[in-house]
Amino acid sequence: MTASSPTQYGVDVQVRGLQKSYAGQPVLQGIDLEVAAGEIFVIMGPSGSGKSVLLKHIAGLETPDAGEILIAGHPIKSAGSLNHYRLAMVFQSGALLNSLSVGENVGLYLSEHRIKPQAEIDRIVKQTLEQVGLKGIENRNPAEISGGMKKRVAIARALVTEPQLILYDEPTSELDPLIAVTITEEILRLKRQFSVTSMIVTHDRSLAFGVADRIAMISDGRILFVGLPGEVKANPNPMIQKFLTAKFDQEKERKTI
Amino acid sequence: MFENLGEMLIFFWRTVKMLPQVWRQRRKVMDQLFEIGNASLLMACVLSLFIGGVLALQTGPVLVDRGLSSVIGGIVGLSMCKELAPVMMAVLIAGRIGSAMAAEIGSMQVYQEIDALRTMNIDPISYLVLPRLVAISSALPLLVIFSILVGWIGGALVCVYNHNIGVSFHSYFANLRQTVELGDFINGLFKSWVFAVVIGIVSCHQGLLTAGGPRGIGLSVTKAVVNSLVLILILDYFLTRVLISI
Ligand SMILES: Nc1ncnc2c1ncn2[C@@H]1O[C@H](COP(=O)(O)OP(=O)(O)O)[C@@H](O)[C@H]1O
Ligand SMILES: [Mg+2]
Repeated sequence: MTASSPTQYGVDVQVRGLQKSYAGQPVLQGIDLEVAAGEIFVIMGPSGSGKSVLLKHIAGLETPDAGEILIAGHPIKSAGSLNHYRLAMVFQSGALLNSLSVGENVGLYLSEHRIKPQAEIDRIVKQTLEQVGLKGIENRNPAEISGGMKKRVAIARALVTEPQLILYDEPTSELDPLIAVTITEEILRLKRQFSVTSMIVTHDRSLAFGVADRIAMISDGRILFVGLPGEVKANPNPMIQKFLTAKFDQEKERKTI
Repeated sequence: MFENLGEMLIFFWRTVKMLPQVWRQRRKVMDQLFEIGNASLLMACVLSLFIGGVLALQTGPVLVDRGLSSVIGGIVGLSMCKELAPVMMAVLIAGRIGSAMAAEIGSMQVYQEIDALRTMNIDPISYLVLPRLVAISSALPLLVIFSILVGWIGGALVCVYNHNIGVSFHSYFANLRQTVELGDFINGLFKSWVFAVVIGIVSCHQGLLTAGGPRGIGLSVTKAVVNSLVLILILDYFLTRVLISI
């Protein structure tokens, strides 16, 4: 964990035959994925289909029942093998440490690993928070800020580690549309500037089609389809179509009343 | 709980291996120490005063009846030192601090804060468990010294002011000083140190095992306290047995 170079390169991810059940209940039933270095890979699918569990496996937080995951060619065994690459995860709920201030949360990686002197860390924290649209909240407590702000702080905390692979779990849920656009732009900037690899779990169709290089549709722990955004839109699978075009049908609602 | 014993020993060993990092975590150790002192000093004082008092109250009249009033000081002194202070303080700390540790770490587990630490390559054992274990295992023996002294005073007050006993301050402490040796003191401190390690390890371990949302946190807290208490009382017997034969 030495100082990181200003230019970083994304790492590729390979998931092979990944299976996981909890208490006999299968959640992932053989997932195969290849994500290229620098790619923005979006994973969509209904709630409970195993998207968060898949991300946790890639982050090394869960042990698969079967199958393997290679990041930058190295099999991951635990979070400890992060030495081969830098990975960051933005959790669905933010997962900020409640006992620390917002600023300490964002700077945690740098201060715990003694990567930079404190004054430098303070500067980076301030700058990164500004980047995600949160100026001057370093000294607030996570408990005092809204869900949307927490999520942006979590993104700032991920950015500070200068990751080569970022995993986002529903980064724009709970955010208003304007802020959601900021996050979308930030994801694109990271790709442009550092060719970071991003894997994004989301229900947000505008985010998905706005940033994705490729989209995977997942349902019941299986990949239904992987392809370019256009290919996904054109896919005849009724499940995919229903998911992509779901909207409130006023006519139908009136008839049933 | 006993099926976890091996796991907890491994957990203890993993924490001990982190000891070289304790200097880096000194701020967290200080925070924990402060919290322990804050949460327990007043309670420890009240508890110890009354335990010393009731000990004198129970034994005093019986001893006076048999003309043994001169040994009260020694009896209260030894009991506080070797048994009551270590066990009662361990019970107090298990209830106040062990529960807080399990709740805090448990909620961090439930709300994915620990997962977040791990993705940042920060070991939860060195970040969370080590400072707590170091703090509790230095604080409890200190608390026990305090408790012993206060307990002695509690016993003395009852001896002097209870008209069924009526032993003077002077003769109480003279006997106490004659009977209690440094070894007895150390004996009690050693026990309390073992108890502290038990509370710290059981509570942190249980906190990390927390699953199943907010309800799981409550469950972990209960388990941490109950398991600590059971282990402490069982260990107390065997430690006493071993220490007596030394
Ligand atoms: N630690 C766990 N223990 C038991 N079941 C789990 C666990 N994590 C996830 N699950 C189950 O796995 C399924 C998929 O969860 P998840 O990946 O969170 O869904 P989503 O696609 O909405 O993110 C759910 O049915 C959930 O109940
Ligand atoms: Mg999810």
